[in-house]
Amino acid sequence: MLAMIRRKMKFQREADPVWADQISQQPGIDRIWSCVQCGTCSGTCPLSIYMDFTPRRVVALVREGFRGDALGCQTIWLCASCYSCTAHCPQNVHITDLMYRLKREAIQYRMFPKRFPIPVLAREFFRLVQRHGRNSEVWLVVRMALKSNPFALLSMAKYGFGLLRTGRLSLRQDRIQRTKELQRELSAPQEEPQ
Amino acid sequence: MSTAQKPARRDGYVYFPGCALSANGIAYDESLRTLYRLLGLGLRELEDWNCCGATAYMSIDEGSAFLLSARNLSIAHRMGAEEVLAPCSACYLVLRKTQDYVAHHPSVRRKVTESLERAGLGPLNTVRVRHPLEVLYNDVGVARIQSLTTRKWRGGRIACYYGCQVVRPYDEVDKPYNPMRMDELMQAVGAPTTDYSLKTKCCGGSLTGTTAEVGLRLNYILLKEAARKGAQAIVTICPLCQFNLDVYQKEIARQSGERFDMPVLFFTQVLGWALGGEPRELGLHRSLAGQSLIQRWFAAKEEVEAYV
Repeated sequence: MLAMIRRKMKFQREADPVWADQISQQPGIDRIWSCVQCGTCSGTCPLSIYMDFTPRRVVALVREGFRGDALGCQTIWLCASCYSCTAHCPQNVHITDLMYRLKREAIQYRMFPKRFPIPVLAREFFRLVQRHGRNSEVWLVVRMALKSNPFALLSMAKYGFGLLRTGRLSLRQDRIQRTKELQRELSAPQEEPQ
Repeated sequence: MSTAQKPARRDGYVYFPGCALSANGIAYDESLRTLYRLLGLGLRELEDWNCCGATAYMSIDEGSAFLLSARNLSIAHRMGAEEVLAPCSACYLVLRKTQDYVAHHPSVRRKVTESLERAGLGPLNTVRVRHPLEVLYNDVGVARIQSLTTRKWRGGRIACYYGCQVVRPYDEVDKPYNPMRMDELMQAVGAPTTDYSLKTKCCGGSLTGTTAEVGLRLNYILLKEAARKGAQAIVTICPLCQFNLDVYQKEIARQSGERFDMPVLFFTQVLGWALGGEPRELGLHRSLAGQSLIQRWFAAKEEVEAYV
């Protein structure tokens, strides 16, 4: 019972304003300081009704420096990158880019819910393309399911048949010819935090 | 309606199909190639293209995401192209965004330039990123498409669905608020369109695979609203939208208890058929939903009628 009781109020000493400054130096994210908290982003977002924090609240949390809440929430993973918030924002805040930035840090520090399929999909996609230069839907889905919820494969099999019948599914891992060239290009020393 | 007509460029656009158009969205690839052939436009495939990275790369490593696009753009430049054609929404946006960030953020530009050099790839030049909707509208023109139409439309009303990443955040393909260019092209070949206020609402992308209860709900709303507006089919410009609305349609019908059997087509399939393409070369047999309507609307032995 005690485990379910959670304080909702936040104290300023829990905030990390330096982190907020760091984040806003990322290209495209500096506009968060101009946010007037009007909520247009939350209103236009097709997924905000499923989110634990609406996009407007995420911007506020980031600006105040509440790193744990901003990185641990489901909101950033439900964001489908449709850019509706960015296109409608009267203050030209690049909210989609902010979501991407939070996703990257959450993956880097493993701050996403365990076995949550969305970050797993992103990571497996990243690895496939890193290695082969191209994506393969079948293998991506299989790898994602094995690392999040293997039972999902059963429910996905029913779509596979129709796709195979209409020639829309290839079991082959597609790859580029000059993988070396691509890997050399991608082999830049990582900048932290990127 | 634009009537501007520029001469067709025979040496053509360099075409970046991307992963979706070589697999589940192959009908988009087939119909685009057919349509370009019927219009007498050249189409050279981008040599040894790599994946654009879509939304996943941006979620892991933004720098690498830009580098993936930089390789494609520099190969396009090496092929002598001034323009690269990206029909997939994700590919279009990532290429376009890379150019924007390279142009406006020195830190991104530095990293991209260094990495291209390290890989022995040419410098990143200004290759223009274009979407076929905008090419057909601006370079070919609605009037020319209308004049080349050889088949009379026998199908029902359609809802034009633009999705998200082609019209946002960049507005070069069409207006972000109420895009109409696809509607105009459809009307030009005689296909009546409905109002569709959800035409730029997101289909959820890969959420149908990762968080089905959310993804399927978004697509249910899109199908339901199209039907409510009197549309019998949805026509789209994005392989992921087509995939979600088509492949998951049966499951959405089962879960919602409503009847959906709505063809979900690429705009290139409708245009290609109107200009005289054969159903098979347009990939019309690859749709899962609404096949009975598709076969009735796009009959192979349709008598070619003069339609001007």
